[in-house]
Amino acid sequence: MNYLHIELERPRVAVFDFTDCEGCELQLVNKEDTLVPFLRSIELVNFREAMSETSDTYDIALIEGAISRSDEVERLLQIRARARVLVAFGSCACFGGVNRMKNELSAEEANRIVYGAVSKETLPVRAVKDVVPVDFSIPGCPVNKVEIERIVQHVALGVPFAFEPYPVCVECKQRFTTCLMDLGQLCLGSITRAGCQAPCPAGGLGCWGCRGPAEAANVTEFFALTKERGFAPREVGERLNFFGGFGDAQREGDR
Amino acid sequence: MKLELNVDVHHLTRVEGHGNIVVKVRGGKVDEARWDVVETPRYFEAMLRGKHYTSAGILTARICGICSIGHCLASVRASEQAFGVEVPELATKLRLLAKHGETLQSHALHLYFLAAPDFVGLPSAIPLIETNPAVVGIAAKIKGLGNRLCEAVAGRATHPVSIQVGGMARVPDKKRLRELRDELVALGPALTTTVELFQTFKIPAFSRATEFVSLKGDKSYPWVGGDLVSSDGVHKSERDYRAMTNEWVDERNTSKWCKLSRASFATGALARLNNNYALLGHEAQVVAKAFGLLPVCHNPFMNTVAQLVELVHVVYESIVLIDELGSVSPNASTMGEVVPRVGRGVGAVEVPRGILYHEYEYDKDGYVKTANCIIPTTQNNLNIHHDLRALAEHYAPEEGMTDAKLELLCAMLVRSYDPCISCSVH
Repeated sequence: MNYLHIELERPRVAVFDFTDCEGCELQLVNKEDTLVPFLRSIELVNFREAMSETSDTYDIALIEGAISRSDEVERLLQIRARARVLVAFGSCACFGGVNRMKNELSAEEANRIVYGAVSKETLPVRAVKDVVPVDFSIPGCPVNKVEIERIVQHVALGVPFAFEPYPVCVECKQRFTTCLMDLGQLCLGSITRAGCQAPCPAGGLGCWGCRGPAEAANVTEFFALTKERGFAPREVGERLNFFGGFGDAQREGDR
Repeated sequence: MKLELNVDVHHLTRVEGHGNIVVKVRGGKVDEARWDVVETPRYFEAMLRGKHYTSAGILTARICGICSIGHCLASVRASEQAFGVEVPELATKLRLLAKHGETLQSHALHLYFLAAPDFVGLPSAIPLIETNPAVVGIAAKIKGLGNRLCEAVAGRATHPVSIQVGGMARVPDKKRLRELRDELVALGPALTTTVELFQTFKIPAFSRATEFVSLKGDKSYPWVGGDLVSSDGVHKSERDYRAMTNEWVDERNTSKWCKLSRASFATGALARLNNNYALLGHEAQVVAKAFGLLPVCHNPFMNTVAQLVELVHVVYESIVLIDELGSVSPNASTMGEVVPRVGRGVGAVEVPRGILYHEYEYDKDGYVKTANCIIPTTQNNLNIHHDLRALAEHYAPEEGMTDAKLELLCAMLVRSYDPCISCSVH
């Protein structure tokens, strides 16, 4: 990496995928206007979806996906032993993601519905941090490439990165999006961690809470508001449960 | 002739998801040739049960990080069929434009980043950033335009937000659409360069006769909904998709297997092209002819070329779509009325890797009772499996064949299907 003739060290980055859709790692090759400088700012040494090159020596392991099979546990332990820094990359890795909704069923029931008599191995879905220590978590379904670029810049400069403490609501106001709650749609924007730039409400979809709770989320007030606006508890519950990031908030709602 | 050859690829690279290749040649004969899908299952059909219809498309988009728009479209179509929703024409056009954006980004990703490195002897496109930045620039330009089309119309390229049951939640900015139109028109030289680049590639001359399944185009090249057709003459309605797929569970694989008239069938760009060649636009047909790609082509490696032909087709069709959108009244509705009812609906959509089916059964309040999703790569997996044996039989006797050469051919064969393995297991 060279800017103004100054060389900075490129971290060796390895990407690994587990129980997921591989949409987060795809973001690494999206945002094409800055793709070339981005790929020059890091040294990708393992990225199975896009590269045949491999290496067992890396600084940063980006872990995409939840963990739901014994071979995945083994593979993750091996990666943890090799990586200096292990990053939970995307909501599946951070919280279990949508996959976690499988845990509402027993393995037998899930297998019966999908595979009939020929069942396949599956474990209760876990977030990466429930299997190995995680150094840093980047939520989002998918992760936001703009945020990834910012984090990489922080890493290159050695300046700690901090997520915005405020919720998605603030980013909606910043881009002048009409409040969807005011239009009668359920939206988790008031309690969900910002940093995504609020694409869902701008596209006409209430926030689904993929990034989990904001540091400054007022969950009690959110429940009072959904009650006042007449949203059914089933709808609010389904929404909070969707990406797995709101475990605690949901329990508060159940009380 | 080498009497013993071994190929053992664990977690094939430059494909979406996890699959293994095993080929064993003993005494000059192919003893074993397998495509094993070992992806972790996520049990989407189980998770869909009890979900509200407004959540179904959001959940199923997560089946695939590359073709999430296709999944969302199949999902909302299945729900709309179940509820008898009439989708406004404006929304239908916008959906198709978003879909073309996805085809553009997905095909460009496969052509340049997943398939091309094999033809130039590189392990990935990454070294090209230093050695041939112009080519990376062209790839990024085409793929980027596809993604920006998706963002402008569907709100986001991966996991769309504006595609909802009933229609589209918003109308894109007209000025933005005009800018995108200009970019599409200006893409001509990049497409020409891409065609010229792929003409320098030596595509393996291998064929295995198989059946091709796709949507059947009527007046235009088919993308969303309509009848199902196979190159062996099977013709069914969208609702009868189960009779077109005949899915079953295999002991060894987490992906299911499918078949129709033969031991296996193929779906994807080559199947669409084989079954709907006459409906391709003029510019796309010129490209197809330049590669000698005419129906019915049974060389699976030509699926990559068929994607290139479609890439050209969707660029020109997108320009026409934006022009048509320009003449629609700005006050026209994009959302049809949605009234949940007890019912069952099927949505069939041609996504980058082939024909995708979603089927939902709803209760009276619009909650999913049962769901079934049949993914293109699920349909292709058995065809890939049978192709591998034929490929090994074809190349094993060749003078100077080595394990490494055979491994590369096998990997290239699987990659030519552009498999989406996570998707196929879901």
